[in-house]
Amino acid sequence: MTLTLTLREAPAAPLRAEALCPDRLAGLSRAEIERLELWHGNRRATLGELFAVSGAGAEDVRVVGDLGRVAGLGAGMTGGRLTLEGSAGPHVGAGMGDGELIVEGDVGDWAGAEMRGGRLIVRGSAGRRLGGAYAGARAGMHGGEVLVHGDAGEEAGAGLRRGLIAVAGRVGAAAGLSALAGTIVAFGTIGAHPGAGMRRASIVAMTTTTLLPSYSPACTYRPPFLRLCLRRLRALGLPVTDEQIEGRYTRWSGDSVELTRGEILILEPPR
Amino acid sequence: MRLHGVEVEDTFAEAFTMWGARIVVTADTPAWAQHAARSLTGFATSVIGCKCEAGIERELDAAETPDGRPGVSALLFAPDAEGLGKRLVERVGMTVLTCPTTACFNGLEAEDETDVGGKLRYFGDGWQASKVLDGKRYWRIPVMEGEFLVEERFGIVEGVGGGNLIMLAEDAATALGAAEAAAAAMRAVEGAILPFPGGIARSGSKVGSRYSGQMASTNHELCPTLRAQVDGSKVPNGVGSVFEIVIDGLAPEPVREAMRVGLDAAARSGALRITAGNYGGNLGEHHFHLRELVP
Repeated sequence: MTLTLTLREAPAAPLRAEALCPDRLAGLSRAEIERLELWHGNRRATLGELFAVSGAGAEDVRVVGDLGRVAGLGAGMTGGRLTLEGSAGPHVGAGMGDGELIVEGDVGDWAGAEMRGGRLIVRGSAGRRLGGAYAGARAGMHGGEVLVHGDAGEEAGAGLRRGLIAVAGRVGAAAGLSALAGTIVAFGTIGAHPGAGMRRASIVAMTTTTLLPSYSPACTYRPPFLRLCLRRLRALGLPVTDEQIEGRYTRWSGDSVELTRGEILILEPPR
Repeated sequence: MRLHGVEVEDTFAEAFTMWGARIVVTADTPAWAQHAARSLTGFATSVIGCKCEAGIERELDAAETPDGRPGVSALLFAPDAEGLGKRLVERVGMTVLTCPTTACFNGLEAEDETDVGGKLRYFGDGWQASKVLDGKRYWRIPVMEGEFLVEERFGIVEGVGGGNLIMLAEDAATALGAAEAAAAAMRAVEGAILPFPGGIARSGSKVGSRYSGQMASTNHELCPTLRAQVDGSKVPNGVGSVFEIVIDGLAPEPVREAMRVGLDAAARSGALRITAGNYGGNLGEHHFHLRELVP
């Protein structure tokens, strides 16, 4: 059974919707769901005022409507499946621990910020700080998978601690900023200064890019782990080519202003 | 009992609980995967002298392996879980890590696990790195060739060691032919391996010896050359050679199935008599009765 929440009209002010998670809706009757309180601008509103509730169950939840001003959808979710039919606002899936969150459109900034597990799939594009760390936090995403079929904004994976971020399109500047570990895969072009301040993480780039002078080339080889990683991403629906799976990658080590334990792997261009 | 005109003794194979693991080795080519798997499973015929028993289970197509390269799955068994963990670390470290182009993965989802990659990572001397993918941790160990990839945790299960069939025939060539046919049939059974060379042992043993400190010795009751000397020899008149096939499996069922197909193949391939080895039924937890395997 699917529980469907249909936004009655685009909210006049930003709406915080962290409560709209399968695990938080579990065990609630329709009336109880409708009585849940959300912050709409600077006032509290009931979910029933803002959303029409239909269907039942909480393992599979769909949220329908113009969600561009709705923040925090699926934030902190720990299980189940949440589908957002359309574009959503900032903080989608932030801090999520488990489950699957699918966004049929775009997401705003901070999608998957500091998430700990589960899978966030964005069919459109993502804003800034995808899987990133909030101000004052050392570490961003701690685990799980983020797949973006479109583009991602600046500082994707900032402070990444663990987990996998894959972007089918363009990735903005400073991807992996101060990342501690984890993996970022950029299938499209990648912006300036990837891996700035990175400690141990991996950035995989399918296009050539200019790196900071604090990165040094090591060798060109076929990283065995990358085969696993790319096959996994293909299985999850990203357009990964055989050439990318079988290809040779030049390993650049850095950032030497940090530990020099990070790596940027750049696919060798076809000869 | 008779099967295809061959006498099958109404007895049973007595087998023991052994802990088992499945190791998947991949490489750039099937040949390199085989090199690694053969080394991995080498010198692992019997716990009597090898501390473990191992064998190649089957070749794997690229489509079946985690990294999409050709591979081999091997099974390794030891008397207890702790010993199995040690043997895995030793053998993967000495034979797969060292072999060109290979990577090594767990091939068994199980409740119990042992740390393999997490111990081998120290070979990286601090330069190793780990990656978590789909809930599994892998270790990337830098090596002179490039990088060795090994999964951290390997599933282990309580399996069965010591299922067996014993084939008696008129002469060595005929007995070996029957045993080869049986071994070929048994190799098709998933979840079981035949740890002896070519799957066949010519020197079945008994527990103990007249010499102190010798934990096993020749099964003199089944040695054809001693038929006239041994009281209670089990070698019938007209039998000139005996071979044994030992089967280890990840569960009782693969062992039973391997014995069933092996029995059938041996009976069609020249054996005069087929029996199985046991210790009176008082030592092993698993008894595989031949009468249950004859249709």
